[in-house]
Amino acid sequence: MALEFPPMTLLQTPLYSACVDQQARMTEFAGWSMPVQFGGIKQEHQAVRQRAGLFDISHMGKFELRGPGVIAALQTLVPSNLDRLTQGQAQYTVLLNPKGGIIDDLIVYLKSPRSSSSGMGSETVALIVNAATTDKDKAWLLEHLEGKGIELVDESRDRALISLQGPAAATLLQPHTVLDLSALGRFAHRDTALLGQLAWVARTGYTGEDGFEIMTDPDTALALWQTLTEAGAAPCGLGARDTLRLEAAMALYGQDIDDTTSPLEAGLGWLVHLEEKGDFVGRSVLEQQKAEGVSRRLVGLAMDGRHIARHDYPVLYQGDRVGTVTSGTLAPTLNIPIGLAYVAAPLAKVGQALEVEVRGEPQGATVVKRPFYRAG
Amino acid sequence: MAFEYPETLKYLDSHEYARTDDDEGIVTVGITAFAIDQLGDIVFLELPEIGDSLEKGEKFGTVESVKAVEELKSPVSGEVLERNEALIEAPEQIGDDPYGDGWLVKIRATDLDDLDDALTAEEYKDQVGG
Repeated sequence: MALEFPPMTLLQTPLYSACVDQQARMTEFAGWSMPVQFGGIKQEHQAVRQRAGLFDISHMGKFELRGPGVIAALQTLVPSNLDRLTQGQAQYTVLLNPKGGIIDDLIVYLKSPRSSSSGMGSETVALIVNAATTDKDKAWLLEHLEGKGIELVDESRDRALISLQGPAAATLLQPHTVLDLSALGRFAHRDTALLGQLAWVARTGYTGEDGFEIMTDPDTALALWQTLTEAGAAPCGLGARDTLRLEAAMALYGQDIDDTTSPLEAGLGWLVHLEEKGDFVGRSVLEQQKAEGVSRRLVGLAMDGRHIARHDYPVLYQGDRVGTVTSGTLAPTLNIPIGLAYVAAPLAKVGQALEVEVRGEPQGATVVKRPFYRAG
Repeated sequence: MAFEYPETLKYLDSHEYARTDDDEGIVTVGITAFAIDQLGDIVFLELPEIGDSLEKGEKFGTVESVKAVEELKSPVSGEVLERNEALIEAPEQIGDDPYGDGWLVKIRATDLDDLDDALTAEEYKDQVGG
């Protein structure tokens, strides 16, 4: 075996010391030193499914866009209809390149009222993007927002972001905020007070459970981390974050989706609102794909046996190569090996029998419905 | 964290251990407490069939945790006499007793001199820093 150790000079989040104090095993992720696990991936995974887990996601990119017509400008960069957004609501979407490939997946949060149709009034929009793509996204946004009077504030290294996830998340968080969490719907968000400090709370997450993502200053984040772990939220690392998101069949950028995959191929067709909006980068490619059909699709796979499909393993059909696994693990809640894979479109149907080549040997797998796991 | 590395065993820098309990050239192979800890929750084991012949330094199986796949390397050349079926059924138990019930395979070594260049407990401990 060759066990790897992280290199030495890495960025540290405001919660780094708290994580190390709690015996986290740290790993390199997108240039940051991040906790990969605390008590163990399975244990953390089950804590989130059954009660609540706490994640340091301060490494994620955090932009705030301010100025006239921010939503109108973003409309030209994503396939989703952002006109659906109202103040205090958010939308998951993707930035597209001219080939219809995904530059990043992100959540767009409208913090201000919409400006009037005449373009009067300023809008404030927050974007939370992937850590590894923060610089790429920033350059893309700056290039495309140039000359529109829109300011981009990059808070990625200054603000902390904590994710509290699990069925008990609201119960654990409510005593510490004046905000009535029962009135905060899925994908809603508010500026509020938390532990007596300013904080921004969004009902979003990456686990398939109810939960919140909370942005604060570094000191408040540390206090909140301590408070919530003392209240029983399990500190969780990137390992459990990955198994949780995979059971929920949520895409991981750089693995399941990237600059070469379109949202229509990636099972993200629900983000594409061609009829509802005008031109955007990549539109013509998506129109063509919609008209002609895509050649491959991302599917959920359940392995028939105990062999685990992993990233980059070949997918076969009757011995012929028909696709590639993009993510795979033993699903802790379901206790079967699951994965996501791109396969030739005619084979991308639930119940289809396929094989995954595991270390040279074909192992049976079946296309199953996504998500693999659904809360409640 | 301090892990135990029995003095009576020989170790590979790839984290396998080898035990020679008797004079008949039978070597019991497993992986160290350090490796098990580093891997995290172990969920799958692939071991050779009884009767398979192994080459020193060559891959003889696979251990998978939730996150990673790692190859197992044989410390000796020889023939597989036994494999730990109970552990294949319940791989998560490997950490309960890495040097006892957590063994992986028993090999009839062609030549026990294969272990001459393996590490002592002290040398292995130095290498993994603890």
